[in-house]
Amino acid sequence: MMKLGEAPMAGNVGDAAGRPLAIEARGLVKTFDGFTAVDGVDLSVPQGAIYGVLGPNGAGKTTTLRMLLGIIDPDAGLRRVLGHDRPQEIAHAIGYLPEERGLYPAMKAYEAIAFLGALRGLPLAEGRKRGKLLLEEHGLGYAIDRQIRQLSKGMAQQVQLLGTLVHEPRLVVFDEPFSGLDALNQGKLEKMIRALAARGTTVIFSTHVIAHAERLCDEVAIIAGGKVPFAGPVGVARDRIRPQVRLETRARDGAWRRALPADALPEGAFWNFTLPESGIEPLLRALIEGEAGILSLSIERAGLHDAFVAIAGEAAARALEEDKPEEQRR
Amino acid sequence: MTSPNRGGRLSTLAAAYIIARRDFAASLFSRSFIFFLLGPLFPLLVGGLAGGIGAKVQQNVETPKLGVAMNEADVIAMTRARSELAGKLNQGVPDLVEVKRLKPGESFDPAAEMARSHANLAAIVSGTPQAPVLTGPPDRIERWQGVVSMMAAEAAGLGPKAYPPVALSKTATSTADRNSSRVITAQAGQVVLFLLTMLLAGMVLSNLVEEKGNKIIEVLAAAIPMDSVFLGKLFAMLAVSWVGLSVWGLMIGTVWIGAGHSLGEFPAPAVGWPMFLALAVIYFSLAYLLLGSLFLAIGSMATTIREVQTLSMPISMIQLINFFFASYAMSKPGSAIELIAAIIPFSSPFTMIARAAQSPELWPHAVAIGWEMLCVAILVRIGARLFRTWVMKSGPSGGNKRRWWHRPAAVAANTAAKAGEGLPAPHH
Repeated sequence: MMKLGEAPMAGNVGDAAGRPLAIEARGLVKTFDGFTAVDGVDLSVPQGAIYGVLGPNGAGKTTTLRMLLGIIDPDAGLRRVLGHDRPQEIAHAIGYLPEERGLYPAMKAYEAIAFLGALRGLPLAEGRKRGKLLLEEHGLGYAIDRQIRQLSKGMAQQVQLLGTLVHEPRLVVFDEPFSGLDALNQGKLEKMIRALAARGTTVIFSTHVIAHAERLCDEVAIIAGGKVPFAGPVGVARDRIRPQVRLETRARDGAWRRALPADALPEGAFWNFTLPESGIEPLLRALIEGEAGILSLSIERAGLHDAFVAIAGEAAARALEEDKPEEQRR
Repeated sequence: MTSPNRGGRLSTLAAAYIIARRDFAASLFSRSFIFFLLGPLFPLLVGGLAGGIGAKVQQNVETPKLGVAMNEADVIAMTRARSELAGKLNQGVPDLVEVKRLKPGESFDPAAEMARSHANLAAIVSGTPQAPVLTGPPDRIERWQGVVSMMAAEAAGLGPKAYPPVALSKTATSTADRNSSRVITAQAGQVVLFLLTMLLAGMVLSNLVEEKGNKIIEVLAAAIPMDSVFLGKLFAMLAVSWVGLSVWGLMIGTVWIGAGHSLGEFPAPAVGWPMFLALAVIYFSLAYLLLGSLFLAIGSMATTIREVQTLSMPISMIQLINFFFASYAMSKPGSAIELIAAIIPFSSPFTMIARAAQSPELWPHAVAIGWEMLCVAILVRIGARLFRTWVMKSGPSGGNKRRWWHRPAAVAANTAAKAGEGLPAPHH
């Protein structure tokens, strides 16, 4: 295994494709009271990417992120964040929004943003100035002088989000950033994440809602039971599942049916089956020669959810469904 | 805005300063600080009220009286003698109540009369001035024996013919008075030190638990070293207490001087007032840092106020024992007990402030301060380490607080991970 500490300090270690990495982790292990919460996690987060850590509650997402941030140390394994083996040494370049949001209730909104910036090395005066500006920019100008305790939960959450970004970090880590936000604010956050990535900021976030990851992420790590069975581009994850073919024929029976794969299931005038490994062309030829009378044929690429089911297993997928908020399940 | 942050991180001290500044401002401008400032008024108020009520009760209770039962001439002689002596002995002579003028040959039972009488009789003198008999409870008759004898002598014409006037030459104090006063100063110093340290250590503890309740601790842990959080909190409360002490000092001083008094009217400590006050501030700071470190380490393990109370109770009790030990040691100056009390870090500040009141040598204070600073450094270090270890392992919605039946079955196995992790668990 590559020893991360020996990697060049300028920028970050590159991945197999030579892309510079914002985060690289190898074999991270964390055990609590004899239970292995994270069991040999490997991650490579390219610089400037939007990276999702996808898994059900209790899968080890938060523990992994906390190890990457240096909040807790791994029992084994190596991590390298923005070129540093000890993430806290580069704390000024990182923004972190924990899953459990928290601010001082007596602080004014702009002061709370400035305080979070000060923790990351931003001078207080500058933080106050930026805090006011950010609140104005995000339509929260009326809340500048309000104490956190006077704000709604959603508004306080937005203030903390702005505080996470006030020092203009190069790497932003969000732990379940969408939880607790209404649909409107979820949309705003998605937009903000895209804007950050467009500016070159690396964004890594954990989520148990596949739709967010599918919409936003360039790459994902699927985590279940403390292990990462898949990490890579979303497209590659989806390609793990063979596409589904939906075929409509005029003929109900005939020699052409022998050309259908074994898993083909009829549904009225349609047949549904997995695209054979040999590809679509030999099948098409056989169907035409067998006079199936093809009316329509569509090949559907698998979604991230299907990929998750295939990669993480049915149990993890069911857990993911159960973790969804009620309205999303409906 | 400027270009993105290139990295680095705050030093432990710089980060501690940010935390301390926030905590200091938050504490100073909070309602609880007003109560903190008013805190010392409450004991004074209660003490004053209790004293006033006590005095009122005392006034309402009749003073014990001495009954007299003799023949008519002797009663008159005793009454006159009492008046004579009262002018000379001031308050030392009890009021005389005529119980009975006995006829010649009439018998009288003082004990029976004492039991029967509704007057506030503490004792009865009977017989004759030449052979008086004092009847009453043992402690009372022993106390009045001398004065009754003088009264009887005066009544019988056996007393001195003249009382030469005594010229009064007043001194500020005597050795006996001074020693007694210094003990009072020492005791007061110990009590104030003990109460203040307990109060502030309790405040820093609840401040931490509140912070864990606010869930901001994880944000802090991600950005700065946990040692900074520990040090920042510890020193912020120390700074708050200095502000409190300054305000109290200013208020009390203004009122005292405004009333036409001076510091010299207090029982002066052996090292002198300026040095005593300086030492009091130093010992208070050291005592607070010792106890505060301990309480913060405990607070890092607790998740609720109830847990804090449970966990801090043994420490509070031990600290109380230390205080009593130091108080006991004060009565044994120069003994091995005082030396032990000065060596034990948690009783040392109380012992030494009492010593400052009683003994003028300064070198023991230099040694004690050095020793206590060393203990503070060690304890702060251990406390910070415990804090760092524990503070992220518990929280108001910490994993170990979660119940398995609240979890989806499919991730039940992973519940243990969160439980072990003990970190704030997700809510969806």
